[in-house]
Amino acid sequence: MIYEVFRQERKGQPLQHAGTVTAPNERFAEIYAREQYGRRQESVALWLVPRDAVSEIDEFPDEFDLKYRRVDGYSIKARLREAREKAGTLELAPEGDR
Amino acid sequence: MDTRTQEFLDYVQSGGQVETGDWMPDEYRARLVKFIEMHGNSELMGVLPERDWILRAPTLQRKLALTAKIQDEVGHAQLIYRVVEDLGKPRGACLDDLVSGKAKFHNVFHYPTRTWGDVGVIAWLVDAAAIVSQKALLKCSYAPYARIMKKICWEESFHILHGRDVILAMITGTPEQFELVQEALDRWWEPLMHFHGNRIPAEEDPMYVWRIKSQANEDARQEFLDGYVSQIRELGLEIPDPSLRKDEETDRWLYTEPDWEKLRAVVTGHGPASEERLAFRRLSRQDVAWVEKVVLAEAA
Repeated sequence: MIYEVFRQERKGQPLQHAGTVTAPNERFAEIYAREQYGRRQESVALWLVPRDAVSEIDEFPDEFDLKYRRVDGYSIKARLREAREKAGTLELAPEGDR
Repeated sequence: MDTRTQEFLDYVQSGGQVETGDWMPDEYRARLVKFIEMHGNSELMGVLPERDWILRAPTLQRKLALTAKIQDEVGHAQLIYRVVEDLGKPRGACLDDLVSGKAKFHNVFHYPTRTWGDVGVIAWLVDAAAIVSQKALLKCSYAPYARIMKKICWEESFHILHGRDVILAMITGTPEQFELVQEALDRWWEPLMHFHGNRIPAEEDPMYVWRIKSQANEDARQEFLDGYVSQIRELGLEIPDPSLRKDEETDRWLYTEPDWEKLRAVVTGHGPASEERLAFRRLSRQDVAWVEKVVLAEAA
């Protein structure tokens, strides 16, 4: 069986994918992962997850084009210019921000 | 080339990385398997010349350090074979092809280790040459391989430390010890110059084109020479190549052209220790077959 191994380098840091081990059961997987990813004190925690137990999502379709959830959904620049013109403050804004 | 393959090529050439489950062209997959498998084979075969010296290491401390290095290298082989397995070739098949002589392993592991001086030169300079290549693989377009390379590079830097310490102890020892280092350097210089391969330009090297490697062979060799020629010479050692010097104008190292035919012969199994090493690997594979059986039986 294949186990995905995640390791944490220091307390407080995220667990990151480190690699995989093949083992016939969890007990062996723990021994192998400890040897492979922890014997030089390079990890403070390891997570072992059987590959079959991982559900992967790697497509994020946006059928309805929900622009308001994305940064490109807002046209601040043109509006800001208009507002500044209206208020007569356009000249006061920094050169690169007009 | 079809559109999908061209898009893939553009993607990896602009720094994109690929995961196990992603679509990839057959040629890319085949090249990855061959390259990564050879890397795994090299880690596994690379422990044999060092294994010969576990019982003969001069002190207990050296014995322990050498044993730890050997464990690291076998560990690297395990990590690397896992990557190959995910690309479609099982570990058993890799080992079969290794012991039958069908698959290759790195040139430096086809040579004998005659003295403790060789053990020091291997740990210091062969590992230094290897770390140049492996650092360049941190940017490999195949992400799972690049990720394990982080750990591998980190451990290789321990080995260089161990090798340098062995060398310094001998250099500062008796004249006979110094001589053992010089003789080992004389023996290992040619294999070291072969190590990064022929001077194929990056654009013609398919491994670079697919961004499996991120560096031309010659650039890797230049980097090795930049890092180590002065470190070797400052110890009073003589590099056995009278033509070796840095060209001030081009800022490149000039050296006697290595015999590339010889390199080809060595890596196709005609090196001085090739047959002996493969025979030993075959034997140990039979010897430990019971372990696999017991482990699988216990798990069942």
